Formats: sequence, structure tokens, C-alpha cells
Amino acid sequence: MATVTRPLTTQQRAVDLNVLARRQRSLWMDAWYRLVRNKAAMAGLGVIVLFGLIAIFAPFLAPYDPTYPFTADGKQAPVLADPIWAGTQFVDARYLFGTDNLGRDILSRLIYSARVSLIVGVIPVSIIFVVGVTVGVLAGYFGGWVDQVLMRITDVIYAFPDLLFLLIIQATLRNTAFGDLGGGLVLIFVGLAIVNWVGMARLWRGQILSLKEKEFVEAARAIGASSARIMSRHLFPNALAPALVAVSFGIPGAMLAEAGLSFLGIGVKPPMATWGVMINEGFLVFSTSPWPVMLPAFCIAIVMLSFTFLGDGLRDALDPRMKI
Amino acid sequence: MPLLEVKDLQTRFFTRDGVVRAVDGVTFEVGAGETLGLVGESGCGKSVTALSLMRLIPQPPGKITNGQIMFDGADVLKMDDDEVRGIRGNNIAMIFQDPMTSLNPVLTISRQISEALELHLKMDRSEARNRTVELLELVGIPSAKKRLDDYPHQFSGGMRQRVMIAMALSCNPKLILADEPTTALDVTIQAQILDLLKNLAREFRTAFILITHDLGVVAGMTQRIHVMYAGRIVEKADTGELFANPKMPYTWGLLRSIPRLDEHRKERLVPIEGLPPDLISPPPGCKFEPRCQYRRDICREKEPELTGIPNAKPDHEARCWGTQSVSGGGWLVDLDWRHEIGDTAVLEEIKQEVAQVPAEAARATSADLPPDVTQKEGI
Repeated sequence: MATVTRPLTTQQRAVDLNVLARRQRSLWMDAWYRLVRNKAAMAGLGVIVLFGLIAIFAPFLAPYDPTYPFTADGKQAPVLADPIWAGTQFVDARYLFGTDNLGRDILSRLIYSARVSLIVGVIPVSIIFVVGVTVGVLAGYFGGWVDQVLMRITDVIYAFPDLLFLLIIQATLRNTAFGDLGGGLVLIFVGLAIVNWVGMARLWRGQILSLKEKEFVEAARAIGASSARIMSRHLFPNALAPALVAVSFGIPGAMLAEAGLSFLGIGVKPPMATWGVMINEGFLVFSTSPWPVMLPAFCIAIVMLSFTFLGDGLRDALDPRMKI
Repeated sequence: MPLLEVKDLQTRFFTRDGVVRAVDGVTFEVGAGETLGLVGESGCGKSVTALSLMRLIPQPPGKITNGQIMFDGADVLKMDDDEVRGIRGNNIAMIFQDPMTSLNPVLTISRQISEALELHLKMDRSEARNRTVELLELVGIPSAKKRLDDYPHQFSGGMRQRVMIAMALSCNPKLILADEPTTALDVTIQAQILDLLKNLAREFRTAFILITHDLGVVAGMTQRIHVMYAGRIVEKADTGELFANPKMPYTWGLLRSIPRLDEHRKERLVPIEGLPPDLISPPPGCKFEPRCQYRRDICREKEPELTGIPNAKPDHEARCWGTQSVSGGGWLVDLDWRHEIGDTAVLEEIKQEVAQVPAEAARATSADLPPDVTQKEGI
């Protein structure tokens, strides 16, 4: 009987070993492990988290009011003081990063600007994501006339020059009650969302078009799943990875757009501080003192670079063809 | 009353090149607990028939243009979408051909099996999870409890097909459509999966429609076999009768092309020459006529009906002029088909298997199944 029992026990042992030897990990956990091992992406993530913390705790971190150009005793603060490491005669020890042309503390303004940048990065991209996913998934899944209508609308918006559109809505709505909401931020959110959701919609439509032909969708239909269920539970998570990469590149894009608009003078309204506004204002005195331009430009560069590293890392980590 | 009664089913695909008559007037029935085999080469309408039964034909371009599908007393073709969804997975379930692509790669095994339970039996998460463990054990997944939160990529092909079977069984359906359930698997796994299906069919009294191009696969499992060609049923018989007394030259062709691996075989495998007809403009007469070596003039002129055969069992029907006692027909009635097939050793093996079906043999076919024929499309 040994010939019968031996293989059986071996088989059982193999099964046990097989289960014990392996950690249970989801696809997302696998992707996370790959991301953690990417040094550039982790550095980027670290910088982004740091900026996030600075933005959240801005009131506690900023030494001065970012819009108040006077010293504690009510006198006009020194204007265009250099940062203390500059070592010139214009250094003022009270102002670590110096002051701008009105005497406002640059460090405080940089810190508060991080807030605006973060909000401008997150909110429009969230709107873009929701609208883009909805339009893209519906168009891709149902096809036919739904696809035709939604995609023609998308094409029209895609074809319209972004900057021109933003200029037009800023020019027409900036001085209305709507343009005043949140110091002009809401108008920027809406403007950026309107010009940018089309890319997201196209990305999702393409993903869904290829995914919906997969057999597991047919299998889901065969167990009686409704269209809504197939879209939300089977198609959405399968298409999420490339969309996340798009989001991680979309956030710095929105931040940069806000900075650009503010630099052109059609972004948020003064006296609110953003990096773009600071560059715009510092530009006037650039020949006298480069610091009011250099410092916010440096911040923008660092955050953009961090998001780019993170986005690259995400793209590599979420690529299903990559194995650990 | 049979569980499923299909009458004159026609499914067509409206393409740019013309109308493809993928299923063209198919009539059959399946009794409760019965296993029916649908056999034919690739592209003859087997899968489309199965998909039509659940109304899963992609529309457009496909459309069921005619017919009646009475399931449990209700016509599936007259139901609205909600009613059909209530039947899918619940009363009629399906096992797909390729387990590698039929599972959603981003959902865990337990969530995929639970889906039907939550949808149809309104179970909550934990109930569904417990039932999932039962199902996985039933289909022979070792350490089922530990594998619940695994993803499909952590399972082998055979295990994934077991998962697909567990999904199909989850709501205790009355009918399971198995569309080439073993084609994508290797031979040893094929045998295991067929064994499993056979035992499940016996244990749960579930009716099966087993779709395959491999006569060896259906031999040990089915009570009746329908041979399909070009969207039509060309021969219907009990499994034993079909292998003892096949009538249609196309069936002979299929039997002739079952390969063997043992040394007895000296000749080459004899394929059926040519390809199935273009279903956009099929030949006017018998659809098999262009490839048939027994054809006569009548075959090209008019298509034969599916009718009984003079010297066969009463429920044995064939769509062939050669077997029908009409003027100009009937030349195949008295032909000894054994000479036409040549090596009959394969048939003897198959007949042994067939003999085991009603005998409820505890251990059946796995050892003596015909070897892998998956690479030979169009046997």
C-alpha cells in the first residue's frame, strides 16, 4: 500500500507548503511594494507629503501674516529685504527669506501659497476625474449614439484652445459674484476642469473599449450582473491604474496652470498669495532684487519635479507586465 | 415537460459583408438532470446556440430573429431585460472555455464567486463567504479557506476552471451550459475537470449542455448527442446509439478524426477535407454536400430534413438524403459504416466509456480518455 499512500501525503504536503510559502497580496499591494522600492518616486512622495503638511499647518508655521506689510508695532515693514543668507546690507534678521516690494514676509507668503497650490492641484483634478470617468465609461460601454454624442462634445472642447478659453471666462466672469467666490479660486477650478476633463474621458473610453470585450465581462453578464454593476465593479477597477498615472501628472499640470494664470494677472485675486502671484509681483522688481521671483519659482520647480517622479514611479509600479 | 425546449432558433449576425446565419433553425430539448452534448467543428454555431439561450448575443450585430426558448415554462425570448438577468446565473449558468481570461484579474476569488450569491440569493457578505468556501471545497480546491482572498493570477489553469465551475454552481442552477470547458486545459487536467462535471451532474441532478468539438469528451458524460454543422443540427441520437450506429457522413468524419496515441494505429489521421461553408451564402442543398464523399446530385439541389432513419432507433434522426427513404435517396441506409471509418479501435474504447454512463461507475473515464485534440482545430 505504500505506493498509494506515499504520493498522497506528498501531495498534501505540497499543498500545505504552497499555501504557507506565499504571502497573500493584492495587485494593489504588489504595486505599492514596487513603488516603495523606487527611490525617486519615494523622494517625490516625501516632498509632496512635506508640502501637504506645510499647507495644512500654514497658520502655525508662518511667522507673519502673508498679507500684512507692517511690523508688530504698526510701522511699515522694510521692503525688498534680502534673505539672510544673501549677506548683503539689505538683510533684515526678522525676515528669514526677506520681504517683497510691499514689505510682506516672503516665507509666510510661500507657506500660504502651498495651501492654494495644493487645493488648486486637488480639486480641479477631482472634478476632472469624476466627469472624465463618467463620460468615458458611459461612452465606451454603451457605444452607439451615446458614444457619438459624448465624444463629439469632447472633440469640440478638445479642439478649443485651452488658454483662450480660460482667458475668455476670466475676462467675462472675473468681476461677477461667481468670480469672487473663494478669492477667484472657484472660477479657476471650474475653468481648469472644463478644459481638462476631455483628456481623462478619452483615456477612460479607450480603456473601456478594450476591456469590455474581455471574457470576464461576458462571464459577469452570464451570472446576471446589470450594466451598472459591470461598469462599476468589473470595468472601473481594471481601468484605474492608467487613470491614476494620469491623475498624478494632472495635479502638477493644474498647479502650473494656476501659476501661469496668476502670473498673467488673471488667476486668484490679490492679496491672496500664490506662487504664481508672487512671481507676477516680484517680476516688477526683478532687476533690483531677484529673490521675490526666485523663491516661488524654486518652490514650483520642486513640487513639479516631485509629482513627475511620483507619476513615473506609479506608471512603472502599476504596469502589469512588470514582475517583482 | 422538458426543462428546456428550443424551437426553430435562428440567430443571425448582420455584418457589412452580409447576414451570417450562425444558428439556423435549431430545435432540441433538454430534460431535467439530463446531459446533452452539442458537437461540431469550430464555427458551426454551438457557442452561439449556448449564448442565445441566455440572450447573451452581442447586439448589434447579432440578433435572434426567430424561435422559441421555453425554459421552465417561460419563453426566454419574450422576457424583459430584468427577467433575463434574474435567470442568468440563477437558473441557467455558464462555464466558459478559457478560464485564464474569464475571471476578473482585479477581484479576489471569493468576491467573484460571491457576486452571483449576493445578486440572486440576496446573501450578505459573510453568508456568501461561507457558501463560497463550501463551493470551492465541492469543486476540489485544496485549503479552500486559505485561498479565498487569492487573486486569479495565483491560481493555475485547472484551478481557475474549478473556480468557474464553482461560480456556475453557486446558485444551484437547473441548467449549466459548458462551452468547451476543457479545451484550454492540458490533458490530465481535462480528465479531472470532466470527472468533476460528471460527478456534479449526478449529485445535483443539474442538467448540462456540454459543448465540444471532441466526441471523446462527450462520450463518457452525456445521455444524448446532437451533432451540429453550419448552424444546423445534422444528427440527433442517444449517446450509445450514436456511437453504435452513426448515420450522417459528417459524424463519420468526426469519428475518423479522433486521434490515438497507442501503437495500434498505423494509418494517418483522416481529416474532413475542406472547410465549413460560408454562413453568409451557404450552399442551397445539404450544407455538408461540398465536403461529403458520398454526395449525389440530389444533395446539391435540395436540403434534407432532419428525420428518422429506417433501420435505426426511432429517436435517431439525421439530416441526410442518403439515409432517407425517398426517391433518389437512401443509398447510405445499408452501408456498413465501420468500413468507412477504418480503424475502429477508438470506437471500441469510446463505447466502453458510454457503457459506464448509466452504470454510475464510481471512477470513470480519466485514464482512458482520448488524448489532447485541442491543437487540432477543425477535426
